[in-house]
Amino acid sequence: MTDADDAREEMHEDEASEAPARPDDVVAAAVLDRFDGAVYRSSLGQSVVYVAREQWRDVLEYLRDEHDFVQGLDICAVDHLVDAVRPEIAGVEFERFEIVANLLSHSQRRRIRVITQVPESDPTVPSVIDVYPGLAFAERETWDLFGIDFPGHAGLARILMPDDWEGHPLRKDDAPARVPVTFKGDPAPR
Amino acid sequence: MTDNATNPLAIDHWTHNFLTGRLEDLVGWSRKNSMWPATFGLACCAIEMMATGAAHYDLARFGMEVFRASPRQADLMIVAGRVSQKMAPVLRQVYDQMAEPKWVISMGVCASSGGMFNNYAIVQGVDQIVPVDIYVPGCPPGPETLMHGILTLQERTSEIMRRRQESSTGGAAIELGSRDSVPVSISTTRS
Amino acid sequence: MSTDTPSDDMLPDEPMIDSDVIAPAPVSEWEAEEQERLERQTAEPAQELTVEQELVLTGGPWPERDGETMIINMGPQHPSTHGVLRLMLELDGEEIVRAKPVIGYLHTGMEKTGEELTYVQGATNVTRMDYASPLSNELVYSTAVEQLLEIEVPERAVWIRMLMCELNRMSSHLLFQATNGMDLGAVSMMVYGWREREEVLRFLEKVTGLRMNHNYIRPGGVAVDLPPDWADDVLALCEVVEEGVREYETILNENPIWLERTVGVGTITTDECLALGITGPILRSTGYPWDLRKTMPYLAYDQVDFDVIYTENGDVFDRYRIRLYEILESIRIVRQCVKLMPLGDYRSQDRKITPPPRARIDESMEALIHHFKIFTEGFRVPAGETYAAVESPRGEIGCYLVSDGGPKPVRMHVRGPSFYNLQSLAPMVLGEMVADGVAVISSVDPIMGEVDR
Repeated sequence: MTDADDAREEMHEDEASEAPARPDDVVAAAVLDRFDGAVYRSSLGQSVVYVAREQWRDVLEYLRDEHDFVQGLDICAVDHLVDAVRPEIAGVEFERFEIVANLLSHSQRRRIRVITQVPESDPTVPSVIDVYPGLAFAERETWDLFGIDFPGHAGLARILMPDDWEGHPLRKDDAPARVPVTFKGDPAPR
Repeated sequence: MTDNATNPLAIDHWTHNFLTGRLEDLVGWSRKNSMWPATFGLACCAIEMMATGAAHYDLARFGMEVFRASPRQADLMIVAGRVSQKMAPVLRQVYDQMAEPKWVISMGVCASSGGMFNNYAIVQGVDQIVPVDIYVPGCPPGPETLMHGILTLQERTSEIMRRRQESSTGGAAIELGSRDSVPVSISTTRS
Repeated sequence: MSTDTPSDDMLPDEPMIDSDVIAPAPVSEWEAEEQERLERQTAEPAQELTVEQELVLTGGPWPERDGETMIINMGPQHPSTHGVLRLMLELDGEEIVRAKPVIGYLHTGMEKTGEELTYVQGATNVTRMDYASPLSNELVYSTAVEQLLEIEVPERAVWIRMLMCELNRMSSHLLFQATNGMDLGAVSMMVYGWREREEVLRFLEKVTGLRMNHNYIRPGGVAVDLPPDWADDVLALCEVVEEGVREYETILNENPIWLERTVGVGTITTDECLALGITGPILRSTGYPWDLRKTMPYLAYDQVDFDVIYTENGDVFDRYRIRLYEILESIRIVRQCVKLMPLGDYRSQDRKITPPPRARIDESMEALIHHFKIFTEGFRVPAGETYAAVESPRGEIGCYLVSDGGPKPVRMHVRGPSFYNLQSLAPMVLGEMVADGVAVISSVDPIMGEVDR
């Protein structure tokens, strides 16, 4: 556990009094050391690391190669447009969209979550399918439903909606979550 | 498509005397007792449809054991499951490929009305796309409910055919606002 | 007499053929050509039964491959019972050169609906994703909500959940046996599989009220307690299912037709699986015994005794066997649940989350208010985000839940295992023939509800 102690000491020396939480998670500490500006948060006991968009692919590759997170389980997007409450996290500048990657390490029997912020004005995130090929479908789904582009993904096309659909339904300002109930023979347009 | 009114082989359109009336009954009896469904299982209702065809609930005793994969060989389409926007044209195409006479059972609430999915992705009722003869409610309808729907269809086959003939469109066509071909619906309390 | 034989000494024992006797004089030019071709073919050395030419004997020499392939479309409506999956296959003859799955034909917007329904109603939505094992979906959603609420579920509820999920695993794998058998042509398996599945569904209906899409596992516990004679019912059904599984073993495991169609077909390696994010029986068939119930236990799986079934070859036969023997392991777990089921509450007593019993509403104003609030507005979940995962019969199903403190989620994303498992189709069907392609799809066991959500 000396790694953890070293990491803690380093964090304690560098940061000011309103420092982000010190990770007692070895892996998260290593990520923080390696990548500037990464922030760790323990979300109800689960390790979450917030990174900048530019570091996104590198962080995932680092976790896969150095810390044996063999499986990239899932990539999803979150639209925070209409959040009632969004708890502040020191060191993280919130944007409208977040991209969340869930990773799993078999040897360490643990998970880690990596989150990056994506602004509405420039919704692109580097594709990670060369790191985790299994996320190809997930990135297509995120493009389809949220409109977030993944440059580097060769075949970014709609996957769940029809090919000629316009719009990105899971955005909060796009398709309504509930359409009015219509009745057969109803003169109103369906 | 041959015009049914002038086609001498369109048995539903003969003015019947005693002998041809018997023949029509015979044809009607054979049609309803060997209605072959087309496999159009989409979601959870498909599982219950398969259960209805399996040994415990056994649709085969009603003449429906053979679920034809090809719509050309089927005369009943049981739309089992939620129809998404992407699937709707496929549904219509399969329906068009079936030969007359054909019937549609809308199985489950998702096919009947959109079900619990009142959103952008699901067609709110498959009767927006194909004319439906029987609506079977349930989420998913148990095999007994589906069988009740099928048996109701079988009982009312001749009545449905007569209604179609009398209606202005003269066949299984959609006409919004037409009250003539009113489909038959069943309620779960009857099982 | 034919003068065009390429090499007479290759057929030393052949009697001299008088073609005038055997074949009458040709009446037309075309016939003359036909006769000439016939003689040429029958005299070709390719007809000799040497090992490398044996293949040629059966169908004539393969034409030169000039790169012409054909793209055909399988689905979305097709007799294979695996839902609305569309496969674009590029074929070279009968061999699949490339396969591209096209999905989205069952896209239901469940994640959007999940943002519209309260946490109380949320289980009804997620349960329809993987409709072959609905209780797994409900379990993962409820676990995620409970993590955000930071509440503990009572012990009896945990064990009831485990019992029901294992029964669901049994029914899902029995469904697989039925549909897999039918896709490969063993139509009796279709009937047998459903026969055993009815036993499980009957018990589930007795407990939850529904045969499928139960809405039983809810945040806080389970909806209702087990009925009084549940133990006898469960043990009886275990016996019936076990007998059925032994029967399937007898019918199929050494059946030469079954072995021909499944052994060596659709192989995949561990590296491919790990890279593609594939979990569940497909991963376990490659010799990698990763099962969340054993490796990262949840519920009470660390208190029961069971084995993780895995095989070495990664082909269709292995996946069939894994799912078959997982039914037996589930029976083992279920029997231990019967023995070890604790008494107690079947759901959390926190009145803000769990609606009060109906009788209390008449007696207590507070109970009435809680009931009203829970069923109209729903309970509020503190802001935060969490990821919960369980082992469904198809692999790891996960639920990523984001809350902003309100009664409805900001984002409810379910990581459906079949969505990722479908990516394994592309490497598995390469080089296989179309009929084998059907076998491979069937062995992946995709449920399109959770693929498309």
